Amino acid sequence: MINQGVEPAGPGPVSPEQAKAQDNRVLGFWIFLSGECAFFASLIGTYLSLNTHTAGATTLVSLIDLPLTGLMTLSLLTSSLTMVFAFLAMNRGELQAMKVWLWVTALLGAVFLDLQIFEFSHYMASGFTMGTSAAASAFFALVGFHGLHVAFGLFWIISLLSYSFKDGITAANTSKVWIAGLYWHFVDVVWVIIFTVVYLLPKVH
Amino acid sequence: MAAIAERVGAQPKAHAQGYLMSWLTTADHKRIGIMYLLASTLFFVVGGLEALMIRIQLSHPGNTFVSPTLYDQLFTMHGTTMIFLAVMPLFIGFINCIVPLQIGARDVAFPRMNALSLWLFVLGGILLNSSWFLGGAPNAGWFNYAPISLTPFNPGPGIDFYDIGLQLAGIGTLMTGINFIATIINMRAPGMSLMRMPLFTWTTFVTSVLILFAFPPFTVNLFLLMFDRLMGANFFNIAKGGNVLLWQHLFWIFGHPEVYILILPAFGIISEVIATFSRKTLFGYDSMVLATIAIGFLAFTVWVHHMFVDGFGPYVNSLFAITTMAIAVPTGVKIFNWIFTMWGGKIKFTTAMLFATGFIPLFVIGGISGVMLAMAPADFQYNDSYFVVAHLHYVLIGGSLMGVLAGAYYWFPKITGRLLNETLGKWHFWLLMIGFNVTFFPMHFLGLLGMPRRVATYSAALGPAVAFWNLVSTIGAFILAISFLFFFYNLFKTLRSGERAGPDPWDGRALEWAISSPAPVYNFAQTPLIRGRDAWWVEKTEGDGRLRAAEAESADGQHHGIHMPSGSIYPFLIALGLMIAGYGAIFGLLLLVAIGLVLAFFSIHRMIVAEDPGEIVEPVGGDGE
Repeated sequence: MINQGVEPAGPGPVSPEQAKAQDNRVLGFWIFLSGECAFFASLIGTYLSLNTHTAGATTLVSLIDLPLTGLMTLSLLTSSLTMVFAFLAMNRGELQAMKVWLWVTALLGAVFLDLQIFEFSHYMASGFTMGTSAAASAFFALVGFHGLHVAFGLFWIISLLSYSFKDGITAANTSKVWIAGLYWHFVDVVWVIIFTVVYLLPKVH
Repeated sequence: MAAIAERVGAQPKAHAQGYLMSWLTTADHKRIGIMYLLASTLFFVVGGLEALMIRIQLSHPGNTFVSPTLYDQLFTMHGTTMIFLAVMPLFIGFINCIVPLQIGARDVAFPRMNALSLWLFVLGGILLNSSWFLGGAPNAGWFNYAPISLTPFNPGPGIDFYDIGLQLAGIGTLMTGINFIATIINMRAPGMSLMRMPLFTWTTFVTSVLILFAFPPFTVNLFLLMFDRLMGANFFNIAKGGNVLLWQHLFWIFGHPEVYILILPAFGIISEVIATFSRKTLFGYDSMVLATIAIGFLAFTVWVHHMFVDGFGPYVNSLFAITTMAIAVPTGVKIFNWIFTMWGGKIKFTTAMLFATGFIPLFVIGGISGVMLAMAPADFQYNDSYFVVAHLHYVLIGGSLMGVLAGAYYWFPKITGRLLNETLGKWHFWLLMIGFNVTFFPMHFLGLLGMPRRVATYSAALGPAVAFWNLVSTIGAFILAISFLFFFYNLFKTLRSGERAGPDPWDGRALEWAISSPAPVYNFAQTPLIRGRDAWWVEKTEGDGRLRAAEAESADGQHHGIHMPSGSIYPFLIALGLMIAGYGAIFGLLLLVAIGLVLAFFSIHRMIVAEDPGEIVEPVGGDGE
């Protein structure tokens, strides 16, 4: 129903039960994502209510390096684009191309994570840690949970790639790739909000 | 468990592994439901014993039956256990056993995720309760306010057990919510339009939506507390700019929908039971559905009424007082609809019906004290007194638990194939009615006399009335406990030698009564065609008493095997891994955390990449029967 865009090129579903299962998977995943919205809304709300509570200690805004976070944003947004390319390849039934694009997506996700680890360690070295102030705690919780989501997405994509696709692209495995992709795009969208709220607006003000 | 297993159609599959493994790996919604019911009954007994100890302690002024330290743990674990580990999973057990049958489905949308939900709940509950033996149980009340839950005031591991135990169980519940939303949207048999769904299915749907949006804020809150306690963060530490009200907001944004998660399934059960035993279709079905949705929506708009005394001022308090009182409107619609369903019906007072009719006055009393509490200025008087304790027990026992018990007597034959003994059931009902009211009605007086809740004892100087009503309440608690001895004896006796139930012992209306009791592993041999509201009643009264099949039989006239999802051990292993990691986090053993996470992620990986070939089950019998 919701995944109209993806008409699998491979053999159709083996049984009505299997077709139903794939339909369920996509629907279930959208439902899960709405729960994730509530999760991140709670974290963003927490951040907005505490971000001025710096307790006179080091503030985030004094440490933000916009070019660095800009590069992170760029890599993550590009990874969404490459995920779309993976989908397109899947729709055309091109297994190799799909795998390549998934690897590129994973690579860009890894670049993002690597930069984030660098960013966090830089902050910690500058005396801005979880224990610095309530604002710092809220920052690490929000941005850290997003980072964990990226890491889980990475784990997921690599899990999929380790999956043999021995029968090529089939109805049974397109929905697995599709929901991994949905997740990846969702995590990107959350980053756009975090980038705006946490990094861009305070720096601009 | 063995006795039950023999009764359910969901026997281990022919080629299956050992008996224990077949339960650990099952993805059958009926067996999962049974395990939910068993585990939560066990937790219910634990929570009940804690309640008895509380009542013994409070039986007379200045009592020293338990120390104040232990008392704090007792009331905290009593509330936490009853809400998270008893009543909610009891409903989830019934939802699992019944909803797929009511919509004519083979199983839930995600059978193995369902197993994961179960194991997270069971292992999370065990982790939480193991705190008694591992350094002390949580002691900051079921809503665990900061700062009393922070390390300086609570250095022991109790709060960490609360935090991580509920985190595990909560993730399981969240997945149950997702599962049943998808199941009810996608798995309905042909003809089962939304406005033909039985009310229990409807309330399950709205409950699932509440779970979906209420649990994530709780998850976040538990994480924030965990960071404060285990990693030196400052969300609630005022010295470093933290805000203790943040906990309260996030907790009640979850906590108020949670109480509707605890009551909506009961509304559904009561609707089924009253319609069946009045031999009438439910009065005002459409308004019932709308009222359910309205309650679900309003549930998210009232959380500050738990925080009236925080000092937000008259504007904020008025707003939340009004939204709170508004909930009385759809609830009142339901009460009247139940009464009108009985009006002019051929009422048969089985035990299930007794519980359903008993529910109405008790829940109305709880609702009235609820509206009293909703009046913000008056709440300054009631707040943190026994009046609140009386209110919440009238809605949770008089409401939720009465619903659970009505459901238990009503669906026990469907789940096990045996009818509970009606005589013992009636003893249970009347003793419970007496015991419950004797226990909790005096608490209204105690609250108005100024007795605060959550204090280990009280002074004789509060006056003879306080001492008298406390003693009465304690006596009532024992009557209540005795009523449950009748229930448990009834369960035991019925499973050993109960009267066999046919497919349809109550002359039921919904689809679950169209198939054998217990239901076969594949539920319906052929997906049924639904031809009206009260689908089974329609076939009995207007059709030929058989379900129509939705699909034509195959050309050769033969039945073919039914494709069923296969079981898996990985859901159990994921939950086990997370439990091990939880113990590691509580005791600061990073190696244990690592081992647990590796086990969990290895199992998740296996589930991501696994093909589910399913298995083919041959139906016995043949037609829709």
